[in-house]
Amino acid sequence: MTSLGPHASFIVTSYAVVAAMVLALIGWIAIDYRHQKARLRDLEASGVTRRSGRQATEI
Amino acid sequence: MTLIDLANPTKFLSLTARVLPWLAGATAILLLIGFYQAAMAPDDYQQGATAKIMFVHVPNAWLSMFVWGVMSIAALGTLVWRHPLADVAAKAATPIGAAFTFLALVTGSLWGRPMWGTYWEWDARMTSVLILFLMYLGLMALWRAVDDPSRAARAAAVLTLVGAINLPIIKFSVDWWNTLHQPAAVLRMGGTSLDKAFLIPLLVMALGFSLLFVTLHLAAMRNEILRRRVRSLQMMQASQQAA
Repeated sequence: MTSLGPHASFIVTSYAVVAAMVLALIGWIAIDYRHQKARLRDLEASGVTRRSGRQATEI
Repeated sequence: MTLIDLANPTKFLSLTARVLPWLAGATAILLLIGFYQAAMAPDDYQQGATAKIMFVHVPNAWLSMFVWGVMSIAALGTLVWRHPLADVAAKAATPIGAAFTFLALVTGSLWGRPMWGTYWEWDARMTSVLILFLMYLGLMALWRAVDDPSRAARAAAVLTLVGAINLPIIKFSVDWWNTLHQPAAVLRMGGTSLDKAFLIPLLVMALGFSLLFVTLHLAAMRNEILRRRVRSLQMMQASQQAA
């Protein structure tokens, strides 16, 4: 790898912003998935069932 | 499994459960190769190492438009074919497209400052991409503002199709107007003007980011289907309590 030259801070910041945003997207989607599954489990535990009779958390 | 089977949310969820680990793995491998190749790419004879910003800026810029294109097809699916997963696909893609557009704007600014001497210029390319970003934010606000997903879907579909007019404006802005932004270097008449030393890492990164979009989109669609399942169970619970 060559030196990043006089504008290294711009290059490093670009890659850091991209990495942070991609990680934030992955984290947000993973947390949202857990949150929805937990809400479905709570609803099932309270006695509400789907019309099909299948488990709400079934995938 | 046929295409029509995917209209069934339960079968779609079953498909995503099977393909998501493979997609995530392939995305990680491609992006690792892409970042390694970007790090090893030679300096540009004019821009020096600053040209490395291209490897993250260009894929995000392409995806900012591609995602709106996917949302436009989904909008047709909602309005014309009434496909049950079309509005799920459109809604799930919106924040991901907004994130890619934001990254295209930020990395473009960070590339522009050392090369042009300014972070921002109100020229046709940058302004039209900023408008695209604002349209993504508008759509996200619309999805949040309307409680009923089917009503929100129709309004969002119309707004998405109207907004699609901006895509050719972004693409050809550098040809139609005199802009600070450089003209197309990869997808252009007469073939690419990029040397293989830059083109190959760029294409690997573009493929990696495209797979990243597919992975995140399928995962976000899965979440949206579960969210709607929660909503319908909550409505059943409310009606049982009222009875």
